[in-house]
Amino acid sequence: MSNKILIYIDQFQGAALPASWEALGVSSAIASDLSGEVLALVIGQDIKQVVSDAYQYGADQVYYADDASLKDYRPEPYTALIAKIASEQMPDVILFPTTTRGRELAGMSAIDLDTGVLPDVTQYTIRDGRILVTRPVYAGKLLVNATCDKNPQIITLRGRAFDKPEHDPSRSGEPIQVETVMAADDIQTEVIEYSTAEDGVSLTDAAVIVSGGRGVSNNPNLTAPDDLDEKQAEIWRAQQGFMLVGELAAVLDAAVGASRAAVDAGYVPYDIQVGQTGKVVSPDLYIACGISGAIQHLAGMRTSKVIVAINKDPDAPIFKLARFGVVGDLYQILPPLTETLRERLDK
Amino acid sequence: MNIVVCIKQTPDSAAKVVAENGQVSWGDSPLVMNPWDEYAVEAALTMQEEQGGDVTVISIGEEGVKDALKTGLAMGCSNAFLISDPAMQNADSQAVARVLAAAIQKIENVDIAFFGRQAIDGDMGVTAAQTARVLGWPILSLASSVGAVNGSIRVERNVEEGRQVVEGKLPVAVSVVKDIGDPRYPSFMGIRKANRATIPVWTLADLGIEAPDTNVRWPEIMNPPEHEITNEIVSGDSPDEIATILADKILSEKVL
Ligand SMILES: Cc1cc2nc3c(=O)[nH]c(=O)nc-3n(C[C@H](O)[C@H](O)[C@H](O)COP(=O)(O)OP(=O)(O)OC[C@H]3O[C@@H](n4cnc5c(N)ncnc54)[C@H](O)[C@@H]3O)c2cc1C
Ligand SMILES: Nc1ncnc2c1ncn2[C@@H]1O[C@H](COP(=O)(O)O)[C@@H](O)[C@H]1O
Repeated sequence: MSNKILIYIDQFQGAALPASWEALGVSSAIASDLSGEVLALVIGQDIKQVVSDAYQYGADQVYYADDASLKDYRPEPYTALIAKIASEQMPDVILFPTTTRGRELAGMSAIDLDTGVLPDVTQYTIRDGRILVTRPVYAGKLLVNATCDKNPQIITLRGRAFDKPEHDPSRSGEPIQVETVMAADDIQTEVIEYSTAEDGVSLTDAAVIVSGGRGVSNNPNLTAPDDLDEKQAEIWRAQQGFMLVGELAAVLDAAVGASRAAVDAGYVPYDIQVGQTGKVVSPDLYIACGISGAIQHLAGMRTSKVIVAINKDPDAPIFKLARFGVVGDLYQILPPLTETLRERLDK
Repeated sequence: MNIVVCIKQTPDSAAKVVAENGQVSWGDSPLVMNPWDEYAVEAALTMQEEQGGDVTVISIGEEGVKDALKTGLAMGCSNAFLISDPAMQNADSQAVARVLAAAIQKIENVDIAFFGRQAIDGDMGVTAAQTARVLGWPILSLASSVGAVNGSIRVERNVEEGRQVVEGKLPVAVSVVKDIGDPRYPSFMGIRKANRATIPVWTLADLGIEAPDTNVRWPEIMNPPEHEITNEIVSGDSPDEIATILADKILSEKVL
């Protein structure tokens, strides 16, 4: 009997999220260790491209459900489909990327299949045919090794923690269509409207992040328009600072992040907060501008490969984590830094 | 509106957490209500102010968790129950979800169950969806705003690609994020009331259930490997010079 690994490919409007392919790469590695095969599942509407990409990134068999009732992500009909395929195919392992949808579906499938879930895994080994995972807890202050004693072992894999597999355009296969499980009328939720975020690199996928903190509003040389009150003037100054942060980010194809202080002060939206109560990120390069490095902020970015800090205060704790630090004013350092990198990178 | 909020007690977010002899240690940092759950309590109380009804806080944990429940009462919740049972000692998230679902059913006629986005100790982020699944209720997760519209709950939620407005028919489970609004401080009267409250304790037998299976084990807790970081302060005679040196140093790390 062959051991089956089922992998849920998370997609949005016909495009797979990068973490899906990374998770597919792990599926293939586990399958080859267990002499098994990789079954991929794609759910949505108009998902042909994702289905053929799933073969090209390594799936042995692709199942797909393509229906109007599945166009908008809703966890209930999606979970019902995953549970149905899992009950028919009896995989040993079900993998999900740790996206918002992947995490939710993994948890709910574990209830349907009466098994355990191990979310947001960053490493794994295989021991006696079972997956032993490592996952960060306490926002990465600690690590635990964990296992699930029952099959299927449901695991979600953190984005950027595993390599993306090779894309092999010569691979293909005959995908198998799966009928929906829930009738459209039985679904208790409805998506009323949607607004896509401004184009740009998403924080959790980004290889490079430039972040701003409270220090971004601190430039005594800037005079805000005089019809603004004190609070508005602070936000106006912060916008000038975040403009410098954004210009550097643009040159580096980077995402923009922020500390909680910058979010709470109303400079930038909560979506880009990095830290224990924001997003946990692990880019190759993290440039912190005007961020002191409070423990809750460090928890969200400490595993970044290279950290650069620009801060006026030589005693700021962020410098302890920084490969390179500049003790100075971000308003003076950022413009020439952006210019130099623009030239060096030929942008 | 009959509202339940599920809360967990966790070490304070500023705690220096380390592994000592295979156990988690947070020194003398206090145990507090999981910070995300304060937002859930806030969302519940705001909903109650608009719609009327009761807000009940519940938690699964040991006796000491009553302190976190009292924080909920002090913030303005009407009732609190602790679910405590030796069988829950090493419970995994599925077991927690099944027991929370049983407690919510025991409370009867609950319209909404609020949850935090995740507990800052285990960082699981699955309990809300799992509890909803056990109850057979729709889950509206990661809500940044919540409102009631005739028999349904409408939330705005944050996902990778942007914002989504979703409606779910009651009863529903909702998990909330920070945008919901700053949690209120306990009032003086609230604190007095909370201090005098006796919080009933339910065992699994009181809920009429057996201990659910726990399938996940975490036999090893470790400190993360020390990253060897060579700190280097870049200096120079002018911002331009510093910027040039820094740019070249960054490029030499080959991460761009
Ligand atoms: C429950 C809880 C959860 C939290 N979660 C998070 C979280 O997820 N993420 C998070 O970030 N925080 C979080 N915090 C908040 C955290 O404790 C800090 O308050 C916050 O990170 C500070 O942000 P900051 O570094 O931008 O501001 P500050 O600490 O005020 O630091 C500003 C820095 O800017 C420097 N500076 C000022 N002007 C300039 C200039 N012109 N050029 C260069 N440098 C300058 C200063 O020297 C200072 O170091 C949380 C707190 C709690 C209690
Ligand atoms: N032991 C518990 N008792 C009550 N509620 C809990 C418990 N554990 C988790 N929760 C709720 O589930 C949310 C998500 O927790 P988790 O899935 O553990 O990250 C928390 O924010 C709480 O609202």
